[in-house]
This record gives sequence, C-alpha cells and structure tokens, in this order.
Amino acid sequence: MSPSSTLEAPVAEPEAPTGAAKKPAAFDGPLVRRALLDSVLKLSPRHMARNPVMFVVEVGSVLTTIYFFRDLGSSSGQENLFTGLVAIWLWITVVFANFAEAVAEGRGKAQADTLRKTRAETVAYVQRGDDVVEVPSNQLQLDDLCVVVAGQLIPGDGEIVEGIATVDESAITGESAPVIRESGGDRSSVTGGTRVLSDRIVVRISSKPGETFLDRMIALVEGASRQKTPNEIALDILLAGLTIIFLLSVVTLQPFAIYSGGEQSIVVLVALLVCLIPTTIGALLSAIGIAGMDRLVQRNVLAMSGRAVEAAGDCSTLLLDKTGTITFGNRRATEFIAMPGVTSDELAAAVLLSSLADETPEGRSIVELAETRYGQEAHEVEGAELVPFTAQTRMSGLDVDGRSIRKGAADSVRQWVEAQGGASPVELSPVVEEIASGGGTPLVVADGTRVLGVVRLNDVVKPGIAEKFAEMRQMGIRTVMITGDNPLTAAAIAAEAGVDDFLAEATPEDKMALIKKEQSGGHLVAMTGDGTNDAPALAQADVGVAMNSGTQAAKEAGNMVDLDSNPTKLIDIVEIGKQLLITRGSLTTFSITNDVAKYFAIIPAMFVGVFPALNKINIMHLHSPHTAILSAVIFNALIIVALIPLALRGVKFRAAGAAAVLRRNLLIYGLGGFIIPFIGIKAIDLIITAMGVK
Amino acid sequence: MSQNIIEVLILLVLLAVSTPLLGNYMAKVFTNKKAPGDRFFLPLERLAFRATGVNPEGEQRWTVYAISLLAFSMVSALVLYGMQRLQAHVPFNPDHMANVPAPLSFNTAVSFLTNTNWQNYAGEDTMAQFTQMAGLVVEMFTSAAAGIAVAVALIRGLTRKRSNTLGNFWVDLVRIITRILLPMAIILAIIFIASGAEQNLHAAHALTTVSGQSQILPGGPVASQEAIKQVGTNGGGFLNVNAAHPYENPTGLTNLLSNWVLLSIPFALAWTFGKMAKDRRQGLAVLGAMAGLWFVAVALVAPLEAHGNVHISQAHVTQSISASSPGGNMEGKEVRNGPILSAVFGASSTSTSTGSVDSAHDSYTPLGGGVLLFNMMLGEVSPGGVGSGLYGMLIFAMLAVFIAGLMVGRTPEYLGKKIQASEMKLVVLYILMAPLVALTFAAISLVMHTSLASIENPGPHGLTEVTYAYLSASNNNGSAFGGLSGNTDWYNTTLGICMLVGRFALMVPVLAIAGSLGRKQTVPVSSGTLPTGTSLFSLLMAGIAIIVVGLTYFPVLALGPIVEHLVGKF
Repeated sequence: MSPSSTLEAPVAEPEAPTGAAKKPAAFDGPLVRRALLDSVLKLSPRHMARNPVMFVVEVGSVLTTIYFFRDLGSSSGQENLFTGLVAIWLWITVVFANFAEAVAEGRGKAQADTLRKTRAETVAYVQRGDDVVEVPSNQLQLDDLCVVVAGQLIPGDGEIVEGIATVDESAITGESAPVIRESGGDRSSVTGGTRVLSDRIVVRISSKPGETFLDRMIALVEGASRQKTPNEIALDILLAGLTIIFLLSVVTLQPFAIYSGGEQSIVVLVALLVCLIPTTIGALLSAIGIAGMDRLVQRNVLAMSGRAVEAAGDCSTLLLDKTGTITFGNRRATEFIAMPGVTSDELAAAVLLSSLADETPEGRSIVELAETRYGQEAHEVEGAELVPFTAQTRMSGLDVDGRSIRKGAADSVRQWVEAQGGASPVELSPVVEEIASGGGTPLVVADGTRVLGVVRLNDVVKPGIAEKFAEMRQMGIRTVMITGDNPLTAAAIAAEAGVDDFLAEATPEDKMALIKKEQSGGHLVAMTGDGTNDAPALAQADVGVAMNSGTQAAKEAGNMVDLDSNPTKLIDIVEIGKQLLITRGSLTTFSITNDVAKYFAIIPAMFVGVFPALNKINIMHLHSPHTAILSAVIFNALIIVALIPLALRGVKFRAAGAAAVLRRNLLIYGLGGFIIPFIGIKAIDLIITAMGVK
Repeated sequence: MSQNIIEVLILLVLLAVSTPLLGNYMAKVFTNKKAPGDRFFLPLERLAFRATGVNPEGEQRWTVYAISLLAFSMVSALVLYGMQRLQAHVPFNPDHMANVPAPLSFNTAVSFLTNTNWQNYAGEDTMAQFTQMAGLVVEMFTSAAAGIAVAVALIRGLTRKRSNTLGNFWVDLVRIITRILLPMAIILAIIFIASGAEQNLHAAHALTTVSGQSQILPGGPVASQEAIKQVGTNGGGFLNVNAAHPYENPTGLTNLLSNWVLLSIPFALAWTFGKMAKDRRQGLAVLGAMAGLWFVAVALVAPLEAHGNVHISQAHVTQSISASSPGGNMEGKEVRNGPILSAVFGASSTSTSTGSVDSAHDSYTPLGGGVLLFNMMLGEVSPGGVGSGLYGMLIFAMLAVFIAGLMVGRTPEYLGKKIQASEMKLVVLYILMAPLVALTFAAISLVMHTSLASIENPGPHGLTEVTYAYLSASNNNGSAFGGLSGNTDWYNTTLGICMLVGRFALMVPVLAIAGSLGRKQTVPVSSGTLPTGTSLFSLLMAGIAIIVVGLTYFPVLALGPIVEHLVGKF
C-alpha cells in the first residue's frame, strides 16, 4: 500500500449523493437560449434519423404541413385551423424532443468551455540531447522530456522521470489543495494543464497531441464521443419495433375505416400515429443518458464510456480497498492503557506532551484523543527539546524540565528504558501482544526509567460506512474488502465495517484472481485502484475506477477516473448507474401506459361521425372530434417538456430490494402513466374549447 | 345454472390435479431422466433412432435445430398436399371422395402443418378417410410435437449455462409423440368410443328419421381424430360442425373431458418450465399469467352469453336459465351444452390454439365474440397452443422484464440471462409478425370486391368475420367465426400465408433467442434482481400482453365488436 501523502486533502466522509452546490439548475437563462437554438438546428433529417421514433414524428409534421397548405384555399376555417394546429403541435413535439437533448448536452458544454480555457497554448521546454528547446505544447511528441519549473503549466500528460514537486490540479479536479507528485512509484503521473507550484520536474510526455486527458475530458463532457450504450440500443430496438407496430395499426386502419364508411384524413391518421408511438421515451432517451454521465461529472468522476455507467448499475460485487475506502487510511489512537501504578491522567498528560510536535496523522489523533476523551489541554511547552522519529531509534518524544518522554515501538522503548537503568513491568507484554493480535499497533510510552503505558493505534472505520454497506446488501450487492493486512486484522475490520467478505494479505495477483472468480460466477465487479500494479485488475473489472492521483497506467486501464481520488465514491457510482437505468425504465413504462388514454380520446373522435354510438367510449367527454384529437396531440408534446427535469435529474433513488423498488416505480410510473393523460387531455380539451377551437 | 357451475368447478379441479402431474412427467421426458414407461419405450426409441440414423446423444445448435424443424415441416406439408391431390386413387375411400383442388389442398396442408387446423372444407364431403387418418391425424401429432419441441428448446436455452446446443429435434419429436401425445390420445379415444363417438371405416349411409325426413350419417374413424384434436390443441374436426356434432362430442362427459384435455398440456408446460428451471415459482408465475387471462376470458364470455340477447327480452321472451330451458343467448349453441358451457369451451378453445368449437362463434353476443377475438390477438398465450403458448408467454415475460426490469436499476435479465439488443430484435420480430400479416390481409380483404363478396353480414359484424379469420390463421388457432365463405382462391392463399408466417416466422426467432440465451453466462440471483417468480410478475406479464396487444388491435376491436355492441344496444 502506498504511503499517503500528507499534502493531500483528507479523504471525505461518505456522504449522501448531493452535489447540489455544483449542479446547474435544469433550466437557466443562457443554457435555455442555447438549447432552444440547438433544438431547431437538430431538426436536420440527418440528425433526426438517429432517433427513429422522433424521425417518424418529423415526417408526420412535414406531411401535415403540406396538407395544411394544400387545403388552405379549399377547406373551411375550422378545418384549416385544426390542420394548422396539428401541424404546429407536431413540430413543437419534435422541437421539444430536441430541446431535451440540447439541454442535457448544454450542461456538459458549459463545463467543457471552462476546461478549454485551461487548454490554452503553453510553451514546453523540451530536452533535446543536452539542449533545451522551446516547443508549442500542441506539437509535443510521445516520449519528449519536458522541464517544468515552479509557476509553469505542465504542457502535456506524462510521467515524472526526475524530481518532486507540488502541483495545483484544481483546473482538472476543482480541488484547491495542491498535491505532491514525484518520480518513481505510484504518484508520478501528471496531467497537462495543471500548474507546478514548487520545485522542478522533468516529465516524459505520454500522450499524443489532441489525445491528452484534458482533450478526452472535454470530449466526454461535451458528449461529442457519446455512443449509445448496449441497453440504450436494445431499448431503441424495442421503441422502433413499437413504432412499426403502431404504424401498421394506423396504416391498416384506413381500409377498416373505408369499409366502415368513415374514411379518415391523413392529418388525423398522422395525429393518431404520433400519439401512439412512444414519443415520450423516444424524446427523452438520449437526454437521460447524457444526464446520467453528467451526474457523474458533477461528482468529479469521468466515465470513459456510457457502457461503464450501465455496468455500474449492474455490479453485484464491489471490491473495496480497505485504506481510504473503509478506514480513514491512517491509524488513529483509540485508547491509552496505563501500567499499574500510573493514573490515566498521568499517562494522558505524558502522551499529549510527547505528541504535541508530532504532525503525522497518528500524532494528531493522539492529541485529539487526549483532549476529547481524557480531558487534557494542550499547552505550548517552553524550552522543550524535540526528539524526532528516526528509522534507527523507532521512537520520538521530547526532553523538557529534566524529563525525557519517549513513545514508540515496544521493543525500542523497552530497550531505551533498560538503557536508562529502569525495567519494564511484567504487565506490559500481554497488553502489547493483545493490541497487536487484534489488528492494532501498540505504542509504548515511557518517562525516563518508568514505562507509563501503551497507546493503542487502530485503523478506524469511517462513520456511516456500515450503513452504506447494509444498503448495498439490500440492493443485492456484495462488498469485499481488499487489504494487505494479516487475516486476523482484516477479519476484525471487516466485521466492524460490515463488509460481506474480505481478502487479506492481498497481492495484485490475488485481486485479479478474485475478480476472475467472481466474473466466472456471472457477477459484475467494480473496483478502484491507483497503482501500476492495479492496472490489470482495473482492466479486467467491469467497472474500474482509477484514482486521478494514480499512475497513468492505472488511468488508462480503468474505464472511469475519479478526479477527487476518493475510493468511497465507488458506491455513488453504482447508485448513479442504477438511477440511470431506473429513469430509463420508468419513463418507458410511463410512455407506453400513456397510450391507453390517447386511444380513448382519438378513436371515438374518428368514428363518431359514422357510429354516433361510439360517443359512449368518449369517456373523457371531450368537446368535439377536433378538440379531442388536438388535446391528445398537445398533451403528447407537453408531457415531454414536463418530464425533462425528471429525465435530467433522474428518478429518485432509494436503496432497497428490487421487489420494493419495482412495486414503487410500477405504481408511480405505470399506474401514473395510465391515469395522468386522462386528466391532462381533459384539461387541455377544456382550455382549447374555451379558446374557441371547435 | 348450478349444474353449470359444478361442471366449471370440476374442470378447475381436473386442471389443478393434471397440471403438476403432467408437468413433472413432461420435465422427466424432456430431460431424459428416468421416466415412467422407460422399460416399454426406451427399446422402441433406440430401435427408431438406429433405423433412422439419429444419434440420440448428438445435440444440435439452434440453427441445426431450426433447420431440422423446417425441413421436417416442409416434407410433411408436401406429403399431406400430395395425399389430398391423389386421394381418389387410394384405398380407404368408401365415399369415393374426389381429389382435393390445389388451392384447398395447399390451405389444408399448411393448416395442419402449422397446428392451425383452419378448415376451408367440410370433412364429411371432401376428405377421404385415408387422408383424414394417415394425413391429417399424423400431422396433428407431429405439428403438436414440433410446437412442444420449440418450447422445450427455449426452456433449455433459458436454463443452460454457456451451452451451444438446445437438444436434438428428432429425439424431442419422437419422445414427445410416443411418451406424451400418443398415450393421452389413446386413452381419450377409448373414452370417446365408450361414450358413443364413431370409430369405423364405413361409408356414409342414408336413413329416414323419426319425423320422416332423410338424413345422411357419415362414417369414419372419428373418435381417434377427436382425441388428438384436443390433446394437441389442433382443433381440426372429422366433421364440419366439429365438436358440436354428437358423433364427435357425444356426451356431457366428453365435452368436459375435451375442454380439460385441450387445456391440460399448455398449462402443464408452464409447470414443466418451472421444474426445468429448478425454481417452481418461475413456472407458477407463468402459469398464473396464463390462468389469469384464461379465467378472465371465461368470466367475461360466460355471463355475456348467459345474459342473452336484449332484443329477445324486449319481445317478452324469457331467456332465463332454468331446469327445462338452457336460456341465454342460444343462437348457434347446442341445447345439450347451453350458453355457459359453450362459452367456457369457446373461451378455452380460442385461448389455446385449439380452435375446435362446440358452438357457432359467429352467433355470440358482440362483446362475447370480441373476447374470443381478443384471446387470439394475445397470440395464443392463455395458455395457448401446446408449446406455442409457453414460448409466446415467455416472449411476453422477456418483454416485461425488459421494460420493468430497468425500473429496479439493473439491465434486464430473465432467469439470470441478460436480455440485450440481439434478443430484443427477435422479440420485436416475434410480436410483429402475426399482426403484420393478420392486419394487412384483413385490411385488404375489406376493400377488395372479390374478398368482400365472401362476407355474409355487412357492417361491423362483417368486419369481425374477416378479422377473425385472419387472426385465427395468423395465430394458428383455426377456429372459424363463420359467416365468411373462405374457400376462395384469395382466402385459401392469404390465410395459408398467414398460417405459415404465424407459425414459422415466430418459431425461428424463438429458437434464435434460445440459442443466444443458451450461450450466455447466468447472472446469480440477489435481492437486487427483478423477482420473476412472483404474482406481481404474473400481473406484469399479463398486463404487458394486454397493453401491447390492446394497443395494436384497438381500432379493429372498436370498429368491430365494440361498435356492434353499442349500435345494437346489447
């Protein structure tokens, strides 16, 4: 496990998916204006042909428009008004569908613009032999060696081959705290467009111009490289199939109508067709997909493909690195154990004193524990001489007022006490062994010749993580903790965190073997990783989330990158994947159940002239055939706009078992989709009747 | 009235008993496990396989399975066609039937090949006894077996892991016939004979009735054909009036048994599915959806028919059901059966793809006839034909899983098999083909002079007559609404096309789905998996079926039965 760099921001606690602060509202001024413009531009048939459902609507719009102009002179005023209104509302339906997609894309575009600014041209100082030449950053070649000093922008993606530096990566991650990057090891990768704050490094360029991480990121958030995901393709096939079936129903309806003596106008047939084909989901499908990717971007996660987001929803096994995901990653003091004859106050005071100057996370946690649990107060100590930790002594402490306080590894402190002429109490060994065997780390504290007691350092499980895992379990997801610890320690932490299983003393090969085993059992596996040795496993996993702080190899291997380098986010990613699929399914169900009401509006309207008795199935009591058909068409258009916010935001996600989620969503979107259009169409009928349409 | 209800209850009890028994038995037959009767059948089967060169261990990929099915079907159809065209020269023709004309021969060959049993002829004055026995009856066995085989292949595809093969068509065909269809048909034929159904090789003979009129009584092997007609959900009667004829359906007992038998295999196959999936609840969910749809149909048609015709009531004629009068809407119904039992039979016959009738569907109340029409629109899934009912309902299950499965936050899966683009293409093809041919040909028939001439009742009822014919053919039901002279070149040809498309353009996608699913890995079930073995899922399957079918056919229903009902003030 790589040591955590102290400059890094503390790992955030797992939190409920919010991200509200950064999320733009569904509709804000400039975004809407841009989207409206886009939605008209998207009317081009080449674009529309990608979406068979809406393409049919567009063809219908053209057809009704032609009929409107053809009949303008010959038909009655009411007839012309009807045809005109149908044509207008069909066009509006198409524009609304485009608008949904444009709004979804717009949010990404705004983000891409910000990123583009950081891609501004920089000058790279490339080592050529012994010389350093200036090269524009967009002409950098693979394996060029660039020198970057404090204050300069790193010209391209690469690996540090020489030096160590603090780097401000806020342009990419939005995180203002600088991070340390150094040659060798797992923290050697740097990203073009980030700024070196101190020192000098030599970077070997690892990406071709135009293919840098930043370029890819811009393309991703813009949706330029967006491809339909497998499930989206399957759903598209179903929607196209339904469209063909309804086309068949409507086309064959004309002969049936002629036989029955009630031949229908093309306008009415087109209106019926548009109302029947699944326009709601057809219009919102791509917006749902884009918004799903966008929700990840809001959380600073870049998915390299929509396929990965879908796979995230399907994951049934999560491999979670213990450090940073389940525990805070740093050992923390959890208890002071006093030796016989030493009061806990005396011990706590000595421990506090010894740790005041200790800036390591362990040291800080000792101070915190002494203050909160043992009621000690930290004072600045005058004239104290600090004894720093060294690998040789394996202890640290301070000398003050003639006292020498030391804390450190049990053996070292014991030897030190004996060297001073003291002796360690017999009670010490059992305590030290007990702590070590329970997965903790014992630190022995001594004052001169006296051993005062032991500090228990433990890996501390993040608060709330056990609840999160319980939720995962409800959703049918198994969590497996991966750790380099020995099985005993691992078992203790696994039990405390509530994971379903653990892999102790894990090597990269073990991890790989575990993934393959899970996959051969039909499970989809998600994992996080940052080191080069994680790369094969990241590539093998169905969802491999690479930490942005990790190596280039890891980032290349995974199909997502977390810019915050927060492995706990894996859980959010799974939830976002599920939410995307739920939204898609809910709106599909809604779209299909909507059709029932539309039939009840339109069919009686079409044939009430021939069979007045059919008015009995005009159960909404719509005013006239014209208003009935128009109301259905208008409802069909308006429901798209009404559902855009839901498509962008996603259906509310709750961690629960599949049976409960199904019941709930079926009730809301199935039954709701059945009832709402009856109300909506009736309301629109009342309004347009009041406005004078007959 | 109460007697009717008792009979319906007996039917329900019989089904409740036969479904698990027959279901378990069939599962054993399909999985080549030890099954009762092995000592008798195994040597026979080995002999048959050795004689035909079939390797009973050799499993087939879906393509080979499909090609075997299609090749077998083509040869069967040709033989049946030839037999009709040449029947005048063959023995066992005591009534000296002439050769059957080409268009009718085509229609009939296709009809029996596809398990439709649409009959554009009257058996007693068209078909030689040899054609009936050696042609039609043989085809009734093999077409039923082929349907079951496809369903079994789909079950195997759903339940196997990473397997390229779906079983062996020839082995399945033989085992289904010898182990399931023949024993059931033999027992049923004996009961029919004992109850008075005809079983001889005599020529028809004329006699004078008590009232002094002359009548011709046809002879022939009726009982044996009657048995497989119900067992295999075929429906092709020996005599023109089918199960309404006392020689085909002599007693109340045979009527009840017929009704039970025609439902027994389709329902039991759902149980078999659960058994083979090693999860009884999966089978019960499918069974629930089938039984629910069937029961609703029965519960709609029976009261509609029992209630009778409003216009007759207005003429102050009582239609109430009493001990001495069957009551209700008796037009086109047998006095022996009365409106309720006829309705139960009609609903059962149209919701399995049997199409045998013991009453004239043409004479049902408009809405009652509409329900029968809707049964066929569903694509024969409630419980449908032998085999075809199960695979049809499983297609709806995949559709339901695909739409609703997303709502639980996973990409859709059924029995752990991911339903993806390639399966959806085939599912869409499946649900599209029958409406495509049925609606297209019905629409054309309603505007073309030659085809319009065949309609006896103009107006909405005529529309229903034509649509019924095409729906019956496309969904391989085979019952006729009546009121349509179907023996014309136009109807013979187009109905024949509908039957072929409705059978093979559906079977091949089913086998392709089976092949594709069989190759897939199975995703383990967890609490995050859409539960498909629940009553909620039964409802969902039935709901999806009703919505998709209802939306496809609503205009037809509105312009046919619904308008007729509203205009006629029924």
